Amino acid sequence: MRQLIVLVGTRKGLFVLSSADGRRTWSIAGPHFLGQIVNHAVVDPRDGRTIVAAVRAGHLGPTVYRSADLGNTWQEAKRPPAFAKREGGQSVSHVFWLTPGAASEPGRWYAGTSPQGLFVSDDGGDEWRGVDGFNEHPQRIEWIGGLQDAPPDGGTLHSINLDARDPSHLYFGMSAGGVFESRDAGATWSPMNRGCAADFLPDPDAEYGHDVHCLRMHPTTGDMYQQNHCGIYRFDAAAGKWDRIGRNMPADIGDIGFPMVLHPRDPATLWVFPMDGGSVWPRIPIGGKPAVYASRDSGRTWRRSDRGMPPEQGWFTVKRQAMTADSLDPVGLYFGTTSGEVWASADEGGEWSCIRAHLPHIYSVETALVE
Amino acid sequence: MKVLLPTPLAEYTANRRETEAHGETLDEALRDLDRRHPGIRFRIVDEQDAIRPHIKIFVNRMQAASVAHRLGPFDELLIVAALSGG
Repeated sequence: MRQLIVLVGTRKGLFVLSSADGRRTWSIAGPHFLGQIVNHAVVDPRDGRTIVAAVRAGHLGPTVYRSADLGNTWQEAKRPPAFAKREGGQSVSHVFWLTPGAASEPGRWYAGTSPQGLFVSDDGGDEWRGVDGFNEHPQRIEWIGGLQDAPPDGGTLHSINLDARDPSHLYFGMSAGGVFESRDAGATWSPMNRGCAADFLPDPDAEYGHDVHCLRMHPTTGDMYQQNHCGIYRFDAAAGKWDRIGRNMPADIGDIGFPMVLHPRDPATLWVFPMDGGSVWPRIPIGGKPAVYASRDSGRTWRRSDRGMPPEQGWFTVKRQAMTADSLDPVGLYFGTTSGEVWASADEGGEWSCIRAHLPHIYSVETALVE
Repeated sequence: MKVLLPTPLAEYTANRRETEAHGETLDEALRDLDRRHPGIRFRIVDEQDAIRPHIKIFVNRMQAASVAHRLGPFDELLIVAALSGG
């Protein structure tokens, strides 16, 4: 029987929500990895059975677990992501992001880490090796803003995107560092930040060092969007630069936030979750009134989507991996909060409901259709 | 030599808190421990061979500063996962 599952990675383990009745009711399984931090967990779309999870216990080193049976049993990676050993070399603090490879590359996975590193596996996540074209690049430390410039949980490499038309064409985002692109399967990388603001850098036209919060590439057309520390952008491929579509958001809402979600079939439709980026950056819904904003025209116009959400005194944060879509029609949307609630809409944001509460602090939300 | 482990590492030893490892240095002993219990070393020591920030290793009740610490055949290792965070 076909089910929709929602993998919820939290500060204290992994939970799996599932619905077999068209998103009307949900059951829950877990926690897996009780007490451990799960930054990200993703179902392999190539087989619909494998889950790869980025796991770290508070006191132990970071690792990756794999399940070949949708979470019934787990095996730890034989060689988790780790930087090359050298004098003064860095150590992976945690695996932050996971992206399965293309359909033509069975077993391939990519992982982004904190501090910023890119790793690849060709055996379903069992043995990982560094992508030397980035990790060993002589400019890497400069690209990531030096060793001091990191957010409280550490700098991260995230939002690893593959061009579905050419799996050797890769992008990722870094916080900090900016968007980088490779056209040769990771052998060489170039910054791709023209037009994107970085108001915390002295050079308004800096080539790199930007703070990408979430980068998404449309799976069919290759359209690129990003939620950045400094606004919401769409990549204008003809002009070769980022265009700040967030300027079209209501002025009293602004265009600061962390997650960004694209419609799986319509490249002009996207959703964001604006947060307060004023004063000391509270990172909570503006005025305590949570809302998603949707655009159906590539960011030219935006519409508020908050029916069903708390009308006031709602102060949760939604992290960059904690908002996603399913592939059904109409598209279902999901977000998890730092206060442990999972919210869902089965009609592309028309109506929202809280489908689970009382979970730990949520780091990531991903969906999959499974048998 | 005897090695005493904290509960977060017990999943690698079938929940045994006491096990064995041998070596003339702490590095050798941890590599031997990893041969017996695959995966355990990377959760104690990072890829630069530094003892992880929340792990402490005591050799006969004296804290070892690094994996270069020399060991005798009758030493006892106590590995502790410091309690911190929330």
